[in-house]
Amino acid sequence: MTVAAVEAVDVSRAYELDGVSVSALRGVSLTIDQGEYVAVIGPSGSGKSTLMHLLGGLDRPTGGRLVIGGRDVATLTAPELATLRNETIGFVFQAFHLLARTSAVDNVALPLVYRGVGARQRRERAAAMLGRVGLGHRLHHRPNQLSGGEQQRVAIARALVTEPAVLLADEPTGNLDSVTGEAVLELLERLNAESGVALVMVTHDQEVAARARRRIAVRDGLIRSDTAHDRPGSADPDGPATLDPAPSAEPRSASGSGPGHPSGGSGGATGATGRLPRPGDGSGR
Amino acid sequence: MRVAEAWRVALDALRANRMRSLLTMLGVIIGVASVVILVAIGTGTKRQVEQQVEGLGSNLLLVVPGKIEVGTAPVVSPLDLKDVDAVSRVVGDPGRVAVTVASGATARAGNRSDFTTVQGVLETTPSVFTRSLARGRYLSGADVDTSRRVAVLGASVARTLFPDRDPLGQQVTLAGVRFRVIGVFAPLGQSLGVDRDDEVHVPVTAAQRLWGTQRIDGIAVKAPDRERIDQLGERIVAELSRRHPDTEFSAVTQQQILGVLGDILGVLTGVLAAIAGISLLVGGVGVSNIMLVSVRERTREIGLRKAVGARPRDIGVQFLLEAVLLTSIGGLTGMALGVGTALLVDAFSPIPAAITWWSLALAFGVSAAVGIVFGVVPAQRAGRLDPVVALRAE
Repeated sequence: MTVAAVEAVDVSRAYELDGVSVSALRGVSLTIDQGEYVAVIGPSGSGKSTLMHLLGGLDRPTGGRLVIGGRDVATLTAPELATLRNETIGFVFQAFHLLARTSAVDNVALPLVYRGVGARQRRERAAAMLGRVGLGHRLHHRPNQLSGGEQQRVAIARALVTEPAVLLADEPTGNLDSVTGEAVLELLERLNAESGVALVMVTHDQEVAARARRRIAVRDGLIRSDTAHDRPGSADPDGPATLDPAPSAEPRSASGSGPGHPSGGSGGATGATGRLPRPGDGSGR
Repeated sequence: MRVAEAWRVALDALRANRMRSLLTMLGVIIGVASVVILVAIGTGTKRQVEQQVEGLGSNLLLVVPGKIEVGTAPVVSPLDLKDVDAVSRVVGDPGRVAVTVASGATARAGNRSDFTTVQGVLETTPSVFTRSLARGRYLSGADVDTSRRVAVLGASVARTLFPDRDPLGQQVTLAGVRFRVIGVFAPLGQSLGVDRDDEVHVPVTAAQRLWGTQRIDGIAVKAPDRERIDQLGERIVAELSRRHPDTEFSAVTQQQILGVLGDILGVLTGVLAAIAGISLLVGGVGVSNIMLVSVRERTREIGLRKAVGARPRDIGVQFLLEAVLLTSIGGLTGMALGVGTALLVDAFSPIPAAITWWSLALAFGVSAAVGIVFGVVPAQRAGRLDPVVALRAE
């Protein structure tokens, strides 16, 4: 197997608030491999958004080691980190974050602007990507002329037009009704299966999380569980039902590992790497 | 490629907030337009005065009592016609020497009257100064020698006193004494707001009798050539100083007058431009303000752009271009407005205005520079925004 898309080793993130240090993440280790389908789940304030920002290179850890696309974030300047995001990461946000007054095709082409791709080629690639998400007939519509589901599909096309290694989706169905949300999830899963982009989905919805092959539960700035499932939920109509016990079991397993946590910080790391044996990880530290 | 995109984005942003962009530009437009207009008026006035001084005739030397300096009080002239004869001997040709004794007086014809300047002069005036007649003839040597009460009217005096008849041969009363009109000057126009056609020429001898004086206010000499003009002036001043040891005399050439006037008008133009420049500066502050608003409004957009790979510099350039575009468009509009207004002022008002290329280049350059100077802070602020915070902004 090739290099991991993203690798976090004992990563922490603290904020200074009025001179008081507040820890959002307190030592998290995990590896996202190419083509994976991972759900990061946790209640609000658990640190899962902070984790996503770190994994996407939007933010820098205050402790630990974070390697994105083979590059240690700590060694990169702000412009280099921006270029790394452009080349390696695709973001899908709950609020879509499309540019108003800008057509779908130009929204999708935006990341290519910062890659220095020519205008004509940008549009061609953006149009092709919009075709792949089923919006080939909406190229020149503006966000306010599109439904919520269509807007999120434009955002997905924008995230994938650069052919990134990792697609980070932060509550991608949070602003959508269940039917539209289901369609968007199916699209994400199809693209994950087709293009081999690693899909990391942050959600607080257990049903959504149950569809992923791997689930990482975050709470109080720590990984409480990191479990793999052989069967992808989306492929099996009964999946969510059969997987139901698992999500509910997660908080229990989290609280179960809670008391023994001081050592569990590194235990979480071995849990993450243990899923996919990576001897290099162990020797590297 | 990125710069082209940044231009497009900046234009889009300005277009999206048309009213706001327009109002912001208005500050720059007014600033640039006033710089252009005021510099045009200053330059136009300077040129007009220069033309008029040069139009007086060539190689002129003006001899007056007292020093020609700013801040010195005028001196009562000790000169009389005998001094004029002495100066004529120095010059060697009486035909090159003109004199004036001037005073304000009311001119009447029938029931019409006009307060004007009456100048007592020699018959040499038209050959020393460049002065042409519209009708009739000028004063003759015989008119001067015999103190004949004849007058040549300036164009506006003739218009006022004789609006619907031929003034030639008519009587005018100057300070209560009747004179016969023998000629009318061709119009000269205005100089620094003074009507140069508001004067009446009479023989110097008649004028002296009219006011009961022997005085001569000043002497003008047309030098034979430019090279020896200063030397001639020194000789005249020396002769007059010998005759009147208690009085200082000055001889000035057109070049010296032009130099002094040019300096004064140059300072005036500079002050006007500086005042207009202040309004341009205020316009720049408006640009800075609106750019900060724009950055705040588009914080989420900045966050998104950063998330998809925009470097701090890309964002900074985008906002800087927006500011420069704002002031450049404002600058061009202001230039057009300024040039248009200056041309209208020049054509339809007595105030002269001349457009100079350097003032246009300066106004546009300054407005673009204002965009850069006042756009830098908002642009830097935008470029340094933390993407995580920016994406979360409302």
